[in-house]
Amino acid sequence: MKFTLPWLKDYLETSADLPAILEAMTQAGLEVEDAHDPKDALKQFTVCRIVSAKQHPNADKLQVCQVETADGMKEIVCGGLNARPGLVTAYAPIGAYIPGSGVTLIPKPVRGVVSNGMLCSGGEMQTDEDPFRLRIARFDDWKFRAEALGLSEEQAIADGGIIELPDDLKVGSPVADALGGDTVIDFEVTPNRPDWLGVVGIARDLGAKGVGKFRLAEVKPVPGQFPSPVNVRIDAPEACPVFAGRLIRGVKNGPSPDWLQRRLKAIGINPKNMLVDVTNYISFDRARPLHVYDAAKLKGDIVVQLGKLQVIETPVDAPVPHILLKETFEGLDGAKYDVEPDYCVIADDDGRRTIGFGGVMGGTSTGCSIETTDVFIESAWFDPNRTARTGRATGIISDARFRFERGVDPHSCVNGVELATRLILDACGGEPSDVVVAGNVPAGPPSVNFQLRDMKRLTGVDMSADRMEDILRALGFDPIVPARMKEASRLWPVDVPSWRPDVEGSADIVEELIRIEGYDKLPDEKLPAPEGPVRVVVTPLQNRVRTARRVLAGRGFLETVTWSFMFHNTAALMIGGANKLQASLTIDNPIASNLDYMRPSMLANLAEAAQRNADHGASHVRLFEAGPVYPGDKPDDQRMHVAAVVKAAKARDWQGAPAAYNAFSAKADLFAILQALDQSPDKFQVGAAEGAHWHPGRAGTLRLGPKQVVASFGELHPAFLKALRVDGPVLAIELALDALPAAKAKTGKTRPVLEKADQTPVTRDFAFVVEEKVPAGDITRMAMKADPKLITAARVFDVYRGANIGEGKKSVAVEVTLQARGTALTDEQIEAASSAIVKSVAKATGATLRS
Amino acid sequence: MAIDQQVSSIEAEASSAIAAASDEAALEAIRVAELGKKGRVSLLMRELGGMTPEQRQSAGPALNGLKDRLTAAISTRKADLELATLNKRLETEREDLTLPPRYEPVGALHPVMQVFEELAAIFADMGFAVAEGPDIEDDFHNFTALNFPPGHPAREMHDTFFMKPAADGARKLLRTHTSPIQVRAMLSSKPPIRVIAPGRVYRKDWDATHTPMFHQIEGLVIDDRVHMGHLKSCLTEAFSRFFEVPTAESRFRPHFFPFTEPSAEMDIRCDRSGAEIKVGEGNDWLEILGCGMVHPNVLRACNIDPEQYQGFAFGLGVDRLAMLKYGMPDLRPYFEADIEWIKHYGFKPWLLPTVTGGLS
Repeated sequence: MKFTLPWLKDYLETSADLPAILEAMTQAGLEVEDAHDPKDALKQFTVCRIVSAKQHPNADKLQVCQVETADGMKEIVCGGLNARPGLVTAYAPIGAYIPGSGVTLIPKPVRGVVSNGMLCSGGEMQTDEDPFRLRIARFDDWKFRAEALGLSEEQAIADGGIIELPDDLKVGSPVADALGGDTVIDFEVTPNRPDWLGVVGIARDLGAKGVGKFRLAEVKPVPGQFPSPVNVRIDAPEACPVFAGRLIRGVKNGPSPDWLQRRLKAIGINPKNMLVDVTNYISFDRARPLHVYDAAKLKGDIVVQLGKLQVIETPVDAPVPHILLKETFEGLDGAKYDVEPDYCVIADDDGRRTIGFGGVMGGTSTGCSIETTDVFIESAWFDPNRTARTGRATGIISDARFRFERGVDPHSCVNGVELATRLILDACGGEPSDVVVAGNVPAGPPSVNFQLRDMKRLTGVDMSADRMEDILRALGFDPIVPARMKEASRLWPVDVPSWRPDVEGSADIVEELIRIEGYDKLPDEKLPAPEGPVRVVVTPLQNRVRTARRVLAGRGFLETVTWSFMFHNTAALMIGGANKLQASLTIDNPIASNLDYMRPSMLANLAEAAQRNADHGASHVRLFEAGPVYPGDKPDDQRMHVAAVVKAAKARDWQGAPAAYNAFSAKADLFAILQALDQSPDKFQVGAAEGAHWHPGRAGTLRLGPKQVVASFGELHPAFLKALRVDGPVLAIELALDALPAAKAKTGKTRPVLEKADQTPVTRDFAFVVEEKVPAGDITRMAMKADPKLITAARVFDVYRGANIGEGKKSVAVEVTLQARGTALTDEQIEAASSAIVKSVAKATGATLRS
Repeated sequence: MAIDQQVSSIEAEASSAIAAASDEAALEAIRVAELGKKGRVSLLMRELGGMTPEQRQSAGPALNGLKDRLTAAISTRKADLELATLNKRLETEREDLTLPPRYEPVGALHPVMQVFEELAAIFADMGFAVAEGPDIEDDFHNFTALNFPPGHPAREMHDTFFMKPAADGARKLLRTHTSPIQVRAMLSSKPPIRVIAPGRVYRKDWDATHTPMFHQIEGLVIDDRVHMGHLKSCLTEAFSRFFEVPTAESRFRPHFFPFTEPSAEMDIRCDRSGAEIKVGEGNDWLEILGCGMVHPNVLRACNIDPEQYQGFAFGLGVDRLAMLKYGMPDLRPYFEADIEWIKHYGFKPWLLPTVTGGLS
């Protein structure tokens, strides 16, 4: 919302300067976005008078002028053709910066004559407020002028002559006084304050804030001289409960007066003609949108209705008696719109012709033009929600819509008509009819019960009852305050002004009071420490996320945050096919068509990100993300995963190439996280990978029991990567942090006593020959089982395949650790344990000892 | 030959032999030849038994002295030889230590996640627990309970992401702010409540300064006494700590949010005169967050009696806050997973923000 300072001062008697007014606005909740004083830009320019002008001795097109200036008499070289003795114009001293040409004046000789300043054109001062400007279309010496004055050729063409100011201006006075526009203030109107969309509303709050005295004259009705020949019928009171109007006949439309044009221009509205300008003016002055119809173009009375289908009669022999069509309406913006049944429609011709979308925009068919002699003024109240819907559906953005959808003061209908009448009569003459009012003014906001204790309770500020009453009255509220015992009263019923639909309870009254008192008056009170003992404030899951992230980052992974959504086709690849996609996880209005499904896993995002980095030349990429995945749309369905990908370059090293990052490297990274989370990797079973995005043979899962998959690791499927246009191989891990078993509830923090082994452990190596398909994990597990008390570890240290073993077989070498306690193991005991191990493994896997 | 003479002649011979021994084997041969069971010195010592006491009195110490000196000389020579051997070996053990170690990738944490943790550390110290809620929300938690009127523009497809209707016709949405977590916290626990709620939020906007997904953090305090004065000091202290300046001078301005009444925006003093914004000094104000007293309608929607309980709430964009503190010029790379960006703006994994140990 923009307004000018003089406009504000129509309603606010104040001597406050601009910074004080801006500060008061900010304090009252009117967030200032810009305040621009055009006079500032003209500060350097003062009024001067040319005393004499003589031909430049060395240049035909230049004159040497003696000029009476703020700095005394000056000799100035001037290229303006209109420079002549007696001309009052603008003077810029040496040192001044000329915004139009981008130069700073220096005392430089122009063709041998030093110019002690500059006589300026409107363009050079960058002011378009140049009513006296000499218009010289083009004159032939622009090239020369450009060269002489250091202007671009374009500027030289545009600025034909120096500015011509009124003769009565005093030499030395600021040019800004004659030319400067008004200070324009732009601020953000919060959606709860439709009254701030009018200058009156702004002035009222600033008056309450104490920056001046708010003054608003009563609107004096203009008596009607005849009954309105146009009447109004409301068929849709739910869309438009009240509609006031009046016809003025015999007006002479034309350009509006200078003061009005100047105000509209200052806030960025192009003046059109008086009748239209009046509606715009009152819209910004009072937050009261109006519309004017050319009464000569109206067909009968005005009907307010919801959009209707148009009935087209068909020929007698047609198969259907009539066709229903959507009517097309041409708005004042020149665009054509379908008339929909949800719109509030202003119609004439007994409802058959749409002439406006109520509260949004009028139509060309009945619009006012310079020829209009009889004008019908509309001042109605339209339902905010319907106005907003119509506005969004049509895409029309208008000042009327902006106001009606936020809520216009319903009591302003008749006043709006009267204000417009007076302005029109003053400028255009004419005879007003009686005011016609159809419908009833909707009830304004109900009065609220203000609990006086709420002020201190919610803000911590002590405020006297007198001060509360003063603030409320200044804002237009009418509190019913007991005459006696005012300070002790507890509750005031407060009548809410009709322009404040946002105020509905005691807390709203508190906001008004503290807003006007100033938020700087809020006490600085320390938030008391919470009652009770200090609690752990981070959940176990949050701690897991924190730890897992740090483990991965510590192992060389870079943390990313990728979109929660992905392409549904990609999601389908990871959840077992398109038939598994759920409508409730599909975004109906995605930001991009390939970001339309809530991700079941972040691996696709990470793989794609790795490829993007590879495309930019990164040779070794390790990325991870800890974040949500969405197996379902219920609140409890969301899961917290940590996932990582590695797109490894072939490693080269002068010490010999290390093994490439492979499924076992991924397993190591996964185990590192689990260990950091106090989850022994041994308690999980390794199973086959699940999901078409994993490599069938080089990826696996960690499970708790046969069903519950806790983590996956290994290589991603080449076909999956191809679908993502990612070059493989890509290794990955994904861990469901919330699927991990909870740590056992401990009774205390003390740890069990360390039972340090008193005997040195004994190790024995075994080489088991098994069928290729036997998992090494079975061998070690069975070895452990042979004597769980004695055997503390069984670890594969070699896998060998070769002709001497036999086709389809492998030799798995296992180091078993025996840990005795109390007494050292005898050879016989070790022997017995060894044969038990061989027996146990052989029984379960068919292994033989390699000979 | 007198014993004395023998001692000096053996000592002279043996000493030169020891000095001449070129390796440990030669040295051992000398030791055996002189001090071994049949060594010259040992044999002489055996003769002591047949001597008169007078003879023995002079010969004993002489032989013992000889034995000790030879033993010491051999041991010294042995140590010299070992050192020489070691030095010779070390001569061959030469590495070019300018060669690189094996490549170890260096990891980093994302700045927005780090800032979440910084805020959690600050607010945890003030007694706030960390609450969470789902990203896929319903109209009630995201709008209705937060006092958004019907027909509010935020409820439009234009601004908010909606899911396709489920079989039962219900239509979920992606939460547009973290405020629904407030609602869930109030519905699931009784006052006093003191939580912060970080999370991903979604709005249908994608341009130079907006991304369709971003991060917010929400705070909520409900009890029977907190007021706007507490709100003001709590947030001023929190953001002084966050920006790690002695005091971040704050300014509260009235604003409007459907879910708070009275509502405010908080600015902190900053200096924008240079290339980067400096917090805590200067003549400008920087908008940090929106806040206010929880609207009575919101309390009622969450089954809390607004006559008995009251509280404040605040919410802010974490991505922008991270930009302000750490100087990232642009929001969009947050979500592009560009390794150069993460390495540059990311944090070392062992940097765990704590109130006592420092945040950054």
